[in-house]
Amino acid sequence: METSTAPLPARTAPAPVAGPRLAGDLAIWFFILAELLAFGVFFAAYAFTRANHIELFNAEQAALNRNAGALNTVLLLTASYFVVRAVQAAEREAARPCANWLLGAILTGFGFIVVKLGEYAAAFEHNISLSSSPFHMFYLSLTFFHFMHVILGLVILVAMWNGARQGRYRPGDMNGLETGAAYWHMVDLVWLILFPLVYVIH
Amino acid sequence: MSANVHGTPRSSTILWATLLLATLLTWSMGALGETGRWGVAALAVISFWKGAVIILDFMALRHAPLLWRAITMGWMIVVWAVIAIAYIKGLAQ
Repeated sequence: METSTAPLPARTAPAPVAGPRLAGDLAIWFFILAELLAFGVFFAAYAFTRANHIELFNAEQAALNRNAGALNTVLLLTASYFVVRAVQAAEREAARPCANWLLGAILTGFGFIVVKLGEYAAAFEHNISLSSSPFHMFYLSLTFFHFMHVILGLVILVAMWNGARQGRYRPGDMNGLETGAAYWHMVDLVWLILFPLVYVIH
Repeated sequence: MSANVHGTPRSSTILWATLLLATLLTWSMGALGETGRWGVAALAVISFWKGAVIILDFMALRHAPLLWRAITMGWMIVVWAVIAIAYIKGLAQ
């Protein structure tokens, strides 16, 4: 009697492999590293310029709207949290909640844009410009560089929201969602240094 | 299917609430006016911790190959070290 059996051809995806895993596309991580290096150089330039103009930087920093900066920190942290919840929802094949969490992230991210535009409007009313002082040059260029990243992040979030509504993300097909999420978290991470450095430390 | 590296809703909600509390703390330190050397040190430590949560938990690098975790955390260590050196240099002015 035949007792041995040949293994059946696999019809399903292999079981998950326990071990280290980089969430998202490898290319986005190289992009993130390039972005972090650029922001890092900006931060170092600000810190050492400040060291040579302490009184000027302290006086002009005091005029910044620290409440708006703190509110924007709350908005970005919340948007990041919503993105994490969206990824977790997709992992349990909950397409509608995934889309809803992403919509929440889009709205809070948009809130950041509104607060920041209000801040810029107030600054321009006071004739603050790139050439008005070294501090203002850094304040405007650093925050605007970051602002542009938030806008790109929002575009990515809207694309992911659209994908989530079509049920595009599910276990085994998470790469697009994880890739966009990694970019958004990078935007948040950079702000978590930019805010204390430019708005608070004096 | 890939291994779950994004934590649970409960764990991420606790981290988010803690991040907001830390933000409230640093905001109040700034609102109190002069932060002083120790205030700045506390601010840097809290901000570093917040960044570590984003890197390790939200970006899920806690479960990534060590090299990626080392590069991103190393970036943050270098940036805060540079900020600290520049701040100390400014104190000597």
